[in-house]
Amino acid sequence: MDRVLFVMTHSPGTINAQEGFDALLMGSAFADCSALFLGQGIYQLISDQDPEPLGRKNYTLGFGALADYGVKRIYGSKSQMAEVALAPDDLCLAIELLDDSDINRLLTDHITVLTF
Amino acid sequence: MKFAIIIHGAPYSHQASRSGYLFVRAVLDMGHDIYRVFFYHDGVYTANQLGVAPQDEADIQSDWATIGREHKLDMVVCVASALRRGMLDATEASRYEKAGISVEPQFSVSGLGQLIDAALHADKVMTFGV
Repeated sequence: MDRVLFVMTHSPGTINAQEGFDALLMGSAFADCSALFLGQGIYQLISDQDPEPLGRKNYTLGFGALADYGVKRIYGSKSQMAEVALAPDDLCLAIELLDDSDINRLLTDHITVLTF
Repeated sequence: MKFAIIIHGAPYSHQASRSGYLFVRAVLDMGHDIYRVFFYHDGVYTANQLGVAPQDEADIQSDWATIGREHKLDMVVCVASALRRGMLDATEASRYEKAGISVEPQFSVSGLGQLIDAALHADKVMTFGV
């Protein structure tokens, strides 16, 4: 099965984040998908978000279903998490935290990388 | 070599759409193939046939339509992105009973499966815009 890495770089208040998640779900129907949350993208995974009073759909509820879609490998950056003072307990998913060199390896290890 | 092109940025707001167009032109000039161009996020505005470019600026939208027509490119606008941004072809305008048709007929409106298909079947995927 083809492998696709989705790199999520936008904060959850953007349509890019929501549409990126839609693309990840669609990708999981056709390929072996994993996701890497970088930069502001890591904020998408913060637990208990409630954007609906702001008129935004809470698409982050869908993260809980990723395992059912076969998306089991989800990564974040150890150094970037530290920079924004986020701990694994703050997130709604158990993700694998990578060193910068491992992130480079992950990116080069995939032929197809889609960035959102 | 077969290229898949993904455009994320709106024309005029962002360089992505114009740079993507110039890249596609270079790919074709060098004898390579474009498997598909997929317009996502604000990139769907590239298909807007109602835009009018100032006379002293590049006509980004009509240049895309022209290169698509001349090279029979498969240019796909994501339906979910398009609908929420008012980008409707004749079928969608009729389905949702809207007054106008904004998508230039050279573009087709289709689903995200076309993005994944392009990413998996092309030799190279190039994304323009963040």
